[in-house]
Amino acid sequence: MMSARAVGLGPALRQVALKPRFGQAPALRTLVSKRAIQTQSLPPSASQEILNAQRLKRPSSPHFTIYQPQLTWLSSIANRMTGAALSVLLYGYAIAYLAAPTIFDSTHVIEFVAGLPDAVKIAGKTILAAPFAFHSLNGLRHLSWDMGKFLSLKGAYQAGYAVLGATAVSTVALVLM
Amino acid sequence: MQSVLARSSALRQNALKTSVRSFASSSARAQAVPSEKPVLNKQFKIYRWNPDEPGDKPTLQTYNVDLNQCGPMILDALIKIKNEMDPTLTFRRSCREGICGSCAMNINGQNTLACLCRIDRDSGKDTKIYPLPHMYIVKDLVPDLTLFYKQYKSIEPYLQNDNPPADREHLQSPEDRRKLDGMYECILCACCSTSCPSYWWNQDEYLGPATLMAAYRWMADSRDTYKAQRKEKLQNEMSLYRCHTIFNCARTCPKGLNPAAAIAKIKLELAAE
Repeated sequence: MMSARAVGLGPALRQVALKPRFGQAPALRTLVSKRAIQTQSLPPSASQEILNAQRLKRPSSPHFTIYQPQLTWLSSIANRMTGAALSVLLYGYAIAYLAAPTIFDSTHVIEFVAGLPDAVKIAGKTILAAPFAFHSLNGLRHLSWDMGKFLSLKGAYQAGYAVLGATAVSTVALVLM
Repeated sequence: MQSVLARSSALRQNALKTSVRSFASSSARAQAVPSEKPVLNKQFKIYRWNPDEPGDKPTLQTYNVDLNQCGPMILDALIKIKNEMDPTLTFRRSCREGICGSCAMNINGQNTLACLCRIDRDSGKDTKIYPLPHMYIVKDLVPDLTLFYKQYKSIEPYLQNDNPPADREHLQSPEDRRKLDGMYECILCACCSTSCPSYWWNQDEYLGPATLMAAYRWMADSRDTYKAQRKEKLQNEMSLYRCHTIFNCARTCPKGLNPAAAIAKIKLELAAE
């Protein structure tokens, strides 16, 4: 109905519907005309209101759930997440140390870590080393962009793969330390 | 005169002869069966949402298209579906050759123009078609681009020069003209802006790659004298600096342009002030 009115077909369709046919009683015709589409006359100024009412109901199209996984935006998200995690760790430890300096001083931390089994030590070191390595190296990638280097798509990808490779190497090196 | 007449009658006879011959040989030709291409069905899953039923959630609708009865591009498949299967399917299209930017959509997870995107002929894999990401949907594959165009308008995308030369057009050296290459080709299809995660989260304030590249196109133009004012407009937290050099824009641009590089150059120029 709406679309027929929008393209100006409303009157034409109604005329077809009301066209007298052979063998049709006049009473039936009035019945048909009563069942015909009810139209409402609106001033042109009402269009904005209609548009706004439509806009309120429009859905937002899907985004990161359907977008192709690409090194470009995934490395950016990883950079943001590792940065947030490292900050939480830094501020968390600093605040904990302020709150209870006797529990969180270096001696106690060293004693605590020394008592852990080897598997936990290696896993813990990897969890700390990988985000640190990635965030630091990707930071260099960002600095080079800000200096105007690697600004082609190819350059951005090459720098991205270089960061991933260097992250793997330095994570292993940090864990072995 | 006579010779001409004679020649023409000879020609007519010749023509008659050949036509008779071709008619006679056509019976043999009729025996040949035109080779039919096998059916190669491929599934297209297309995002649907109807504004007349605003309560219904958007859905993916599946269509089967015989690729051997269809043109090579995604737009051909969409037009075939609309013509032959479902006339309610709604999408924008115009030039079918990548110059109008109307048919921008998300095809298999990447924003591109349907008319420039070939159909993957592997019938085992389906093709998913969504509208441009994180946009309000008018219907099916048609996003509301009002804000996108408003943002473009806000950077005053036209030549501004208070002292135009009195007796001739603005002149420009070939070197200065070359600075605009890779930027003036933008067709404003909105593929880049809607591929940008920063634009997804902050499109009310962040201008987005398409608009920012257009801004730099005028900043880099030697004929434009409003560079300072153009820079001043971008010198705030949101308009420009929500760009985190993600490069989704350059990766997705169907025209092969690089908005990320243009934005990085704006940042460099603003930092050098």
